[in-house]
Amino acid sequence: MTITGLNEQNIREISKIKDEDKWILDYRLKSYQLFNKLDMPKFGPKIDIDFNKIIYYKDKVNELDSSWSCINPSIRSEFEALGVISSEQYMSGMGVQYESEVIYHNMLEELVEKKVIFTSIEVAMKKYPSLVKKYFTKIVGTAENKFTALNGAVFSGGSFIYIPPNTTLERPLQSYFRINSKAMGQFERTLIIVDDNSKLHYIEGCTAPTYSDSSLHAAVVEIYVGKNSYCRYTTVQNWATNVLNLVTKRAVVEENGSMEWVDGNIGSSITMKYPCCVLKGDNSSGKCITIGVATHKQILDSGARMIHIGKNTSSTIISKSIARLGGNASYRGKVEIKKSATNSHAMVKCDSLIVDKNSKSDAYPTNICSTKESSLEHEATVSRINDDALFYLMSRGITKERATELIILGFIDNFTQELPMEYAVELNQLLSKNL
Amino acid sequence: MLEIKNLNVSVENIKILNNFNLQIKEGEIHAIMGPNGTGKSTLSNVIMGNSRYKIDKGEIKYNGVKINNLSVDERARMGIFLSMQNPISIEGVQNSDFIRTAINAKEEEPVNLYEFMADMMRETEELKIPEEMIYRSLNVGASGGERKKNEVLQIKMLKPSFIILDELDSGLDIDSLKICCKNIKEYLKDHKDTSLLIITHYPRILEYIKPTFVHEMIDGTIVKTGGMSLALDLEKHGYNSK
Repeated sequence: MTITGLNEQNIREISKIKDEDKWILDYRLKSYQLFNKLDMPKFGPKIDIDFNKIIYYKDKVNELDSSWSCINPSIRSEFEALGVISSEQYMSGMGVQYESEVIYHNMLEELVEKKVIFTSIEVAMKKYPSLVKKYFTKIVGTAENKFTALNGAVFSGGSFIYIPPNTTLERPLQSYFRINSKAMGQFERTLIIVDDNSKLHYIEGCTAPTYSDSSLHAAVVEIYVGKNSYCRYTTVQNWATNVLNLVTKRAVVEENGSMEWVDGNIGSSITMKYPCCVLKGDNSSGKCITIGVATHKQILDSGARMIHIGKNTSSTIISKSIARLGGNASYRGKVEIKKSATNSHAMVKCDSLIVDKNSKSDAYPTNICSTKESSLEHEATVSRINDDALFYLMSRGITKERATELIILGFIDNFTQELPMEYAVELNQLLSKNL
Repeated sequence: MLEIKNLNVSVENIKILNNFNLQIKEGEIHAIMGPNGTGKSTLSNVIMGNSRYKIDKGEIKYNGVKINNLSVDERARMGIFLSMQNPISIEGVQNSDFIRTAINAKEEEPVNLYEFMADMMRETEELKIPEEMIYRSLNVGASGGERKKNEVLQIKMLKPSFIILDELDSGLDIDSLKICCKNIKEYLKDHKDTSLLIITHYPRILEYIKPTFVHEMIDGTIVKTGGMSLALDLEKHGYNSK
């Protein structure tokens, strides 16, 4: 069963396949109305999508399972080749989404005992509706932009995580997203709740093969970080270069809480993504480290948003972008220190490296500080690959290509140092392959 | 080994080298002395293949092969090494990773990591380089002296057959200069076919590494050739004294 095109009947059909409760269908239909009313984003790259050609739902290839041996062998071998299965040993738990549905979920036994929940959003809506309803759409509003509304109408798959109070996960939880059909749209919806005094590291990986028709990825991620809690969300996005990647990610951070986004973007034709921290509680902090590599005609419009509301809040944005072979890697970010956020501090540091003449990198920062009792720093550099550096490395026998690669990897070195070991290795390999 | 014939070189249309001729045989040590702006560094850069320097006429042959049009990395893989006057720093490129990459670029089989590290440890100790420097980004935070020592470290690790020392002595204190020269001499002792071209203002370095020939260079060409006595003479009487 494949559902192509966007209309009310198709939305009802998706809801019916998923056997959803009425509140969810109502929410989808309301979102669809919003989608019709909202305009395309007025900033950033021009997005050209024929919404009626996109596949909004593709049938399950597999029931949700917690054992790889029960997964369809051809899909299993695909994930094996991607290294997803072997990476599971480093994780506390793993989920895998293939096209529209989550097909695999497994978690260490001890986490089940600790009452940690790690499942698909659909299962969570059925099993824990009151918990879901408490946070769902409360962090990222459906009417926020055309793509959050689209996600509301057709969402399918995505993770639901609940970390109970006073629980620390030693190892990360991971989800892997794979698009495998052409013109496929993936609209996962992720909701993460880290209750008070708890700690979570969540990792998200994404890949897709290349097709001539564009695919669309329009996800919504909502995160709640409770009092004294910590959440780190790491993304290594390597969609094929025909995937439009338009994602809204936001975390609300309570008192003393801390949220970190680590965001690596290598793939996609167009990416628009600005992970956000709303620092609501006093003494809360937010950090976003983002790196983007735009090659050929790729357009990366990414950055971060930090909204300071509580007192004594602090935020850091570190953005590294690399534009090469005609790519465009731009920074777009916003830092807002509200009047209430006294004694707060925000730091923005964006560096971009332009490898050749055909590539470009722009910065569109918005910095607002509404109280004299707080401060905001912004540092930005744009550099080109230095001929002297190339000459030096080549004079030791290293080819121009490899020398360029060394310089680029060096440029993002302090980003990879922030990644967990196995991800740093994967990212370096991905970058090397792409350079 | 190295044969330069009637070489004319310009930088941004300004002529620097003028009918320059030089022949260096296996195992020989040549020193070129001359005042500032006479084209000594241009010579070292043009041998290495820096694209900023344009060859208008003449040829450079290395082991019988004309290298005028070869890329910088090709020349390096043939065994040419330039110890730079001002070695740059590169953020994020770890010194040991960089040196290992350079060795692997030359060899067919990748170097054994354990042996490589053992060699690095031994050579850094010989050169009295702080061990942590090999794990740091290339020359980042390094003093002028440490940078020059790092050049000599690379000579010992990459094992070139023709070495140009472009003002090794500038920015080096006397103790560091002695250590660098001692290491270079040891290297030459183990690699008898390796030739050396020393570019310098001062004869001091030549007291530690005895040259076979000393050339006086003025206005982009060699005006006089002799032995060690010429170097001492130049120090005493200045350049181009008739």
